[in-house]
Amino acid sequence: MNARLIRFAGLSLLLLALPAMAKEPPKKAEPIAQEGIQVPKPPFTEGIFPCTGCHDGKSMKVNTTRRALVDMHGDIELKHGPESRWCLDCHDANSRDNLHLASGEKVDFTASYKLCGQCHGDKFRDWREGIHGKRTGSWNGQKQYLLCVNCHNPHSPRFAALKPMPPPARPEAIQTRTGGAR
Amino acid sequence: MTDSKLTSLPEPSTEASGGCGLGRREFLGVGVAAVATALTGCGTLSKEEFLQHNFQELSKEEVLSVIARLEKEYKAKYGKDVKVGTTPAMPGVIFGYALDLSRCIGCRRCVHACVKENNQSRNPEVQWIRVLQLDKEEGVNLQHAEQYYNPAEVPEEGHFYMPIQCQQCKKPPCVKVCPVGATWREKDGIVVVDYNWCIGCRYCMAACPYGARHFNWGEPNLPPDQVNTDTHYLGNRPRPKGVVEKCTFCVQRTRKGLYPACVEICPTGSRKFGNLLDKTSEIRYVLENKRVFKLKEELNTQPNFFYFYGV
Amino acid sequence: MFNFRNFKQFIIDTIGLMLTGSRIYYAWVGFLLLLIVIGTGAYIGQLNDGLIVTKMRDQVSWGFYIGNFTFLVGVAAAAIMLVIPAYIYDWEPIKEITILGEMLAISALIMCLGFVMVDIGRPDRFWHIMPLVGRLNWPQSMLAWDVIVLNLYLVLNYFVVTYLLFCAYTERHYVKKIVTPLVLLSIPMAVSIHTVTAYLYNGLGARPFWNSAILAPRFLASAFCSGPAILLILLQVLQKTTKLKIKDEAIFKIAELMAYTMGFNLFLTAAESFKELYSGTEHVVYFQYLLFGLKGHNTLVPYAWASIIFGFVAFILFLVPKFRTNWKLLNLGCVLIYASVYIEKGMGLIIPGLTPDALGEIYVYTPSFTEIAVAAGIFAIGFLVFTLMLKAAVPMMLGEFTMSRGRKKATEPEVEPS
Repeated sequence: MNARLIRFAGLSLLLLALPAMAKEPPKKAEPIAQEGIQVPKPPFTEGIFPCTGCHDGKSMKVNTTRRALVDMHGDIELKHGPESRWCLDCHDANSRDNLHLASGEKVDFTASYKLCGQCHGDKFRDWREGIHGKRTGSWNGQKQYLLCVNCHNPHSPRFAALKPMPPPARPEAIQTRTGGAR
Repeated sequence: MTDSKLTSLPEPSTEASGGCGLGRREFLGVGVAAVATALTGCGTLSKEEFLQHNFQELSKEEVLSVIARLEKEYKAKYGKDVKVGTTPAMPGVIFGYALDLSRCIGCRRCVHACVKENNQSRNPEVQWIRVLQLDKEEGVNLQHAEQYYNPAEVPEEGHFYMPIQCQQCKKPPCVKVCPVGATWREKDGIVVVDYNWCIGCRYCMAACPYGARHFNWGEPNLPPDQVNTDTHYLGNRPRPKGVVEKCTFCVQRTRKGLYPACVEICPTGSRKFGNLLDKTSEIRYVLENKRVFKLKEELNTQPNFFYFYGV
Repeated sequence: MFNFRNFKQFIIDTIGLMLTGSRIYYAWVGFLLLLIVIGTGAYIGQLNDGLIVTKMRDQVSWGFYIGNFTFLVGVAAAAIMLVIPAYIYDWEPIKEITILGEMLAISALIMCLGFVMVDIGRPDRFWHIMPLVGRLNWPQSMLAWDVIVLNLYLVLNYFVVTYLLFCAYTERHYVKKIVTPLVLLSIPMAVSIHTVTAYLYNGLGARPFWNSAILAPRFLASAFCSGPAILLILLQVLQKTTKLKIKDEAIFKIAELMAYTMGFNLFLTAAESFKELYSGTEHVVYFQYLLFGLKGHNTLVPYAWASIIFGFVAFILFLVPKFRTNWKLLNLGCVLIYASVYIEKGMGLIIPGLTPDALGEIYVYTPSFTEIAVAAGIFAIGFLVFTLMLKAAVPMMLGEFTMSRGRKKATEPEVEPS
């Protein structure tokens, strides 16, 4: 549908504008273009972005050897796809503040869904339509999107288990209140 | 506040004029109200409340006075300005809901967000959403359902989860059986209850195949600091004792264009909502592209609530 | 001719008759009043706290009250069915007792309406269900139908009883042209009240246990067992305590008719059980819960089997002429069939209909003290109404008390037959 195309165009426009407002909380992001679909910033660990803060290409040489990381990022456990996959398959070795697609095309962190969409095409399509993932806002107007990485840790993408909220009271436990208001 | 109220009156019904209602009222008289007050053992039943007619039959003026009376009552009870809206159905809209069984993890965030949004009684507890834990081996077999699971973390191995709430049927058996017409299906497909007209016979509860209707067995208890003051007459306004209530797709939100509270809260994005008449809506995308089923389809209740497998 | 002054006198004398009696009479009425007081107390508690004082919950949203209601609709329907042989075959021995049947129907209906009233969450809104004044969802709702037919049936029986007694009181023969059509009308009405009550459950696709085409026939068949059983006992009591003479022939004839309906009732029960248990569809769980227990919950099991066994034994007792003409065995059979149907059409109908609930949950329902006390109060009201009616009606029916003779007698010391 045309409306979907327009919406998608709006989304792309917005994503281009995102880095500028990366520090604002997601819900306050300004509506952009006609459809105004908004994507919040990716959930970076505090103080880690931009990556070029460390990976500036000068103090540290790029090491393209596949290896277990020991000095830094030891907390990252990669549980995403084949064993052979590693950091630089997605992170761009030469431009650390970017990711890259299989084609080598660089992608902003704010457009990481393109990277995810390379393999997860069906999810990507559903996400664009608002079916995969969460949408909030207005069913007949502005909607807020979340990026894939807002719900799935890209290094370990399985949706994290949650503590359930309390179960309902059993019928036997529903009793006349003693005391209290009315 | 008053503005939205005034612009959102239900269309005046064609034949049930105020005059007719008044005639009936005079017939009943104040004396009966007094007797009824004594009967119910609650001293708060006013003459106006006792004589109030079915919401569908009220004239514009009568609706205004009913709303004013309710708002005054709620103010006295909760010490807050509770707004009671009467926003009618949007033209060209029939609400549909779809729930992704392959995504739901049974965390019950929806259950509790619903309670908060819709002013359910906290004690005795009333909840409009029931989340069933089912066996993957058994599939959707309700005889293997468990509602009281409480592990440290969900989802649990070997299980999937199925939240059930009002299915907003196109052919709602609850509406058919209500002896007094206290529950009906609105133009946007939402089945509502007039809490001031329901006699509490619970026939609708026996008729509902989804266990979606809930009764106020005792006096509802809603702590004043937890009252959601943005309410709808047919939706989440505080209810009295002895009447039936149910999910209304958050009529107070959805008729303003917002998503229902359960959709907003769901951390997995399993809940999809929209206008069934809009070909570009999310809900239509689900119906056209996913494997969809209706719960107890064989009963021909024709729910506007669908379950689907997103994967 | 009808005369207002006579009617006023009739009312006054009726009340007079009700107020005077032997010690046993006073004790019985006093006992019933005590039960009514207890029931009223419990009901006031229920009004204050809500239906939460019952054990009903969302899972099992109807219970003891509606179970008793259903059973009593059967009693009300069956009481009048004795009219069929009396009028269709013009069989005199039973004709005498049709008025008793009608009075039983009135009492049963009052109890029915009482059970509905205590079951609703907002009795202050009773007027919503009144035709014309409220907003009756007729013809869609079976409950709306039930309200109409039960009240019509009540009015009809009340009118016939009053008219017959007034005629006896004024020592005139009743006008056949008035009574016969009304009595004949009450036959289809009796069938209709029980059929409509069956349809009330029958029409719910959500509840497979009730959603069976033979539910209404089963209701009627079981009602024709339990209703006459009450009458048979009652007739013997009246024979002993009053000058009312009822031919043994009449009683045995009723017993014979009951044997057929009991057999038919057992057959229908068997047919339903076979269909559910043999086909073993997903609907079988309700029968399993009733007959064998489900997932370790077997509260109903002993009752269900007691009902079946009682029904079968009573059938044998009524079927064999040697047994049914033996008063002891006849009365035993009456008690057994009454108990059997009370279980089957009360809790045995309502509870498995709702358990497991629509979402497969099993909530084991047993009535609370409040429910039992309120129910006892309502039964006491029914018995009281029946007692008072009998107290006034029997002397009038026997011609012992009439307008002319009754006045004279009023100054004399009371002579109580018992």
